[in-house]
Amino acid sequence: MINKAISTALLFFLTISSLYADKVKVGMITTLSGGGSGLGIDIRDGFALAVKDEPNIEIISGDDQRKPDIAVQLADKMIQSDKVDIITGIVWSNLAMAVVPAVVNQGKFYLSPNAGPSLLAGKKCHKNYFNIAWQNDNLHEAAGGYASSIGFKNSFIIAPNYPAGKDALAGYKRYFKGSIESEVYTKLGQTDYAAEIAKIRASNADSVYFFLPGGMGIAFIKQFSQAAVDVPLVGPAFSFDQGILKAVGNAALGVKNTSQWSKDIENAENKKFVEDFQSAYGRLPSLYASQGYDTGKIIVSAMANASIKDMDAFREALRNAPSKGFKSTRGKFSFSSNHHPIQDIYVREVVEENGILTNKLISSGLIDHSNVYVDQCKM
Amino acid sequence: MSLQLFIEQLLNGIQFGFMLFLMSAGLTLIFGVMGLINLAHGSFFMVGAFSASFIAGLTGNFFLAILASLIFPAIIGIMVEFSIIRKLYERDHLDQVLATFALILIFSESTRYVFGAFPLFLDIPKLLQGNILLPGEIIYSKYRLIIIIIGLFVAIGLYFLINRTLLGIQIKAGQNDRQMIRALGINISRLYTIVFAMGAALAGLAGALIGAIQSVEVGMGEPVLILAFVVIVIGGIGSIKGALIGALLIGVLDTMARLFLPIFFELIMENSQALSLGSSLASMSAYVLMALVLIFRPTGLFGKE
Repeated sequence: MINKAISTALLFFLTISSLYADKVKVGMITTLSGGGSGLGIDIRDGFALAVKDEPNIEIISGDDQRKPDIAVQLADKMIQSDKVDIITGIVWSNLAMAVVPAVVNQGKFYLSPNAGPSLLAGKKCHKNYFNIAWQNDNLHEAAGGYASSIGFKNSFIIAPNYPAGKDALAGYKRYFKGSIESEVYTKLGQTDYAAEIAKIRASNADSVYFFLPGGMGIAFIKQFSQAAVDVPLVGPAFSFDQGILKAVGNAALGVKNTSQWSKDIENAENKKFVEDFQSAYGRLPSLYASQGYDTGKIIVSAMANASIKDMDAFREALRNAPSKGFKSTRGKFSFSSNHHPIQDIYVREVVEENGILTNKLISSGLIDHSNVYVDQCKM
Repeated sequence: MSLQLFIEQLLNGIQFGFMLFLMSAGLTLIFGVMGLINLAHGSFFMVGAFSASFIAGLTGNFFLAILASLIFPAIIGIMVEFSIIRKLYERDHLDQVLATFALILIFSESTRYVFGAFPLFLDIPKLLQGNILLPGEIIYSKYRLIIIIIGLFVAIGLYFLINRTLLGIQIKAGQNDRQMIRALGINISRLYTIVFAMGAALAGLAGALIGAIQSVEVGMGEPVLILAFVVIVIGGIGSIKGALIGALLIGVLDTMARLFLPIFFELIMENSQALSLGSSLASMSAYVLMALVLIFRPTGLFGKE
């Protein structure tokens, strides 16, 4: 009885004392159920791992079910009743476009661990918006550059008919020096590519570039391999990530893909992240997990240098985090003037390692790569 | 465009159509016989794919996996019919929609709980990998050809079942007059259970066949379910023949629209706009067809007046 009383009292004091520390409340809006939940769960787990030793961060999670209207409701609730200081977590560009402008205009920070639509990097950029992952075009630009560098001259390119799909193909074409055999936009969520694959077989393309995230990519790679079309595939990391490779199987072996992160990038931070993630969750981390982790670490670093109560100081601390203690799992990392990463983008190859399909770095694609929207951003 | 490519695309459309038929046959039977709007039908598609993937992982045998995709959804179908669906027959459609929507969420989250959030692996057997050369120099995927053949067999089998067996007569009678069939002493609740299990098994089969060439993941059934509803509205609710014709129409139309609309718009406008407009219209084509059918034949092509 007395123990109970004491512990209650202790708890009471603990709560009070923590009220005086500058606690940062983080709203984590991400996809935790239904299709695409693997991505959101990885971001959440990576983030949680990064901040687990920081007692002054409180995370409030919400599942957006990959629906823009639900994401908007969650953001409203987190800002108005939970009084969060920072929101993060959104996987999809269309959800980010629905949520981010409202969040930053209400005087909260938004740190993107994944989506980087071109509008938020250019015309609609905001001082309270930071992207920790990449601008949407980045990995595709690297893929275009890589395809040219190994001598592809005529590409067949394919993406879903939505903003990120158009950003993707625009990015590829920006750095690809050859010609485009055909440019195809499919329905978002389409999973049967028989018609498109027949077109590829009948074409004269010497390479296929595709951006089909999630289940779309799994379906495409399997069907492409089953159709035995003899044209090499190139893709962004999204379709060759740890969660996806298990489902695709050997059909993905040997495919080259571009990524800003890989589990074999040599640096102490990355080594620790890969080991900690595996021992905490019992699976290999994905690039989404690395992005969630970096987002968490940036917040921790900013908290060490400024108080969240002073928005301007905290913003400066976020912006300068890469030179003040924050070390990215990717190695080199800094922010461009529109708050997007300047980083190296690598080329990886899908290989089999101890019976598990995974990726191996083969070359660096683009060095110190920023984004083309910097000039459009007036902060 | 060569003739070969055109025929290959036509076959792709027919294959897509037969897949839709497997989904919509069960849906239209369940609606026709029991008057039940079953939104959870897509969940059986998912259950079929997951059971196939699970059994294929255990045994390495694709044919056992296909068998599992019929049996597991049927068993789960019987359980769900017994415990939940049975109470919904007398309720109005809105209650049914609400309850079966809840079932979708329950199915999705329990599947995620058991199998995890990441897509599972299911591949087609070595025997069916690769292509076959059809008469006329047409290269076509062996596996997709098998899907067409299975679809044909199911269509013929259902035709015989409905028209030549006692169970079929009872199903038809159930569609026409539920009170009378009960008055004649036929065990209607057993009939309902059988029809529901059959629909679930067909959806499960479709899920496994398609899961092998697409991705086996939570929520994979819902996009197919939407098209299956379009199919039964076009074909006429309750009609198996309507479901077959409607499914083939949608399958071929969707595939051809994806192929030709962007080419067509390129003739009359600037390239990038044409691509975007063409593919947007192509993804609407099934719904446009449905709207047209509803204008001219509100009960669908083979629906009763």
